[in-house]
Amino acid sequence: MTIFWDALQTHAFLQYALTAGLLVSIPCGVVGSFVVIRRISYIAGGIAHSVLAGLGIVHYLRVVHGVEWLSPMGGAIIAALLAAGIIGWVSLFLKQREDTVIGAVWAVGMATGILFISMTPGYTTDLMSYLFGNILMVTSRDLWLIGALDLVVLATVALFHKQLLAVSFDGEFAGLRGVHVQRFYFLLLGLTALTVVLLVSVVGIILVIALLTLPAAMANLFARRLWQMMLLATGICALLTTSGLAISYGPDLPAGAVTILLTGAAYFLVALVRRR
Amino acid sequence: MTAAITCRNLDFDYDGKAVLRNVNITIPSGDFVCVVGPNGSGKTTLLKIALGLLKPVSGSIEVFGRSPDRARGRIGYVPQHPQLDPLFPVSVMDVVLMGRLGRSRSLGSWSADDRRHARQALGEVDLADREGHHFASLSGGQKQRTLIARALAGEPDLLLLDEPTAGLDAHIEEGFYRLLDKLNERLTIVLVSHDLGFVSGFVRSVVCVGQDVVVHPTSEVTGQVIADLYGGDVRLIRHDHRCSEDGHQ
Repeated sequence: MTIFWDALQTHAFLQYALTAGLLVSIPCGVVGSFVVIRRISYIAGGIAHSVLAGLGIVHYLRVVHGVEWLSPMGGAIIAALLAAGIIGWVSLFLKQREDTVIGAVWAVGMATGILFISMTPGYTTDLMSYLFGNILMVTSRDLWLIGALDLVVLATVALFHKQLLAVSFDGEFAGLRGVHVQRFYFLLLGLTALTVVLLVSVVGIILVIALLTLPAAMANLFARRLWQMMLLATGICALLTTSGLAISYGPDLPAGAVTILLTGAAYFLVALVRRR
Repeated sequence: MTAAITCRNLDFDYDGKAVLRNVNITIPSGDFVCVVGPNGSGKTTLLKIALGLLKPVSGSIEVFGRSPDRARGRIGYVPQHPQLDPLFPVSVMDVVLMGRLGRSRSLGSWSADDRRHARQALGEVDLADREGHHFASLSGGQKQRTLIARALAGEPDLLLLDEPTAGLDAHIEEGFYRLLDKLNERLTIVLVSHDLGFVSGFVRSVVCVGQDVVVHPTSEVTGQVIADLYGGDVRLIRHDHRCSEDGHQ
């Protein structure tokens, strides 16, 4: 641990990593709370995996065709929003097939990503860092993007939290009070997509689902109101990403995996202690 | 005065099966009506048509002289006791404030005016001291009263309740109807109930939903009427000469 704190003073990449972990904790706590109370974690999982399509295509375009202006995170955002749109449309208008379609989007997204990555000459280490995250590769440019996405997510929730809560609590009643229930469902899926992209930069595609839902689920065991749940989940997420980074640095372990193991352990511990 | 609810020649089918046939009823403003009928008779369907959630196949329904969609702002809806996630992170106040949607500004937080209306509604259902409590920690009766407060917070002129006492103890139920009786001083109340015997002490008229839908003044609802409705032989009700299409005057 002390190795980490010493290195933190001198290495910019560690400072970026730490800042990234703290910045993504905010939407993680805020949107994660909605994902948990609305019970859409499986949808979030589908969106997360389809992100690989965006990452793979952008990777291919950059290396093979020299399209430098496209950033991997931009590709991830497009893929995530597209997946959220497809899943939302299907679950609203073809209700009975929802889980099948989530599974299809999930697998097709991954297959597309793997195809493009395999067509790209060079090292395949990129694939590993997409799948399992590599927080140490976060650049200062990424931090600005993460910060901007943070603002978009927070501003949207601040403006529409009344409707988002009412729709999650009792959609039929909210609809009768004039709330456009379907529109807010899409809005929530869009926010989930953006949050997933942010978290992918920290823990990777496959591990995102744990970081998105478990801090919020832990917070839910203590919080009695939504804002308390969001605040507590944000704190837990910040604590977990920071300790994951600190613990993994010395022995040179993958930070994403360590973070998720910590998250899982904390969740089971809290759930055991706080049964009700 | 405009009637609260008017149905004219209203038909409703579900999956090709006739649920409601040729319903002609008028519920005057200020009435306290209980809708009764056997399971599957279409009681809840009628309520959902009045809310605009379901559309009649033919015929018309008006709420305060307008279509249900346009009258929604004047309707306070109290759903059947919902199966809620016990961990759902909302306080009693949070739930009641949801009734202000449509009255409140749409962006940002609740206004002081919203909170004032919500507090007033909580006072009316005698839960003023529970404002900050976790909604899930309330008893069944308190939850139901919170849902009434949520409906009242929207400043309705008509309260529609769907089986509000299902699953409640009998002694709680009595207090519950007293509350509705008090609210009836300023609101039209329509409730769907399975429990006609108890209700009839408080309500002014009864809408029987069987093969025909008929309005009775409470005084006419005798054991014979109930037995007929639930026993399937509804012709006796139909030929009761005091059942006009406009209900009791």
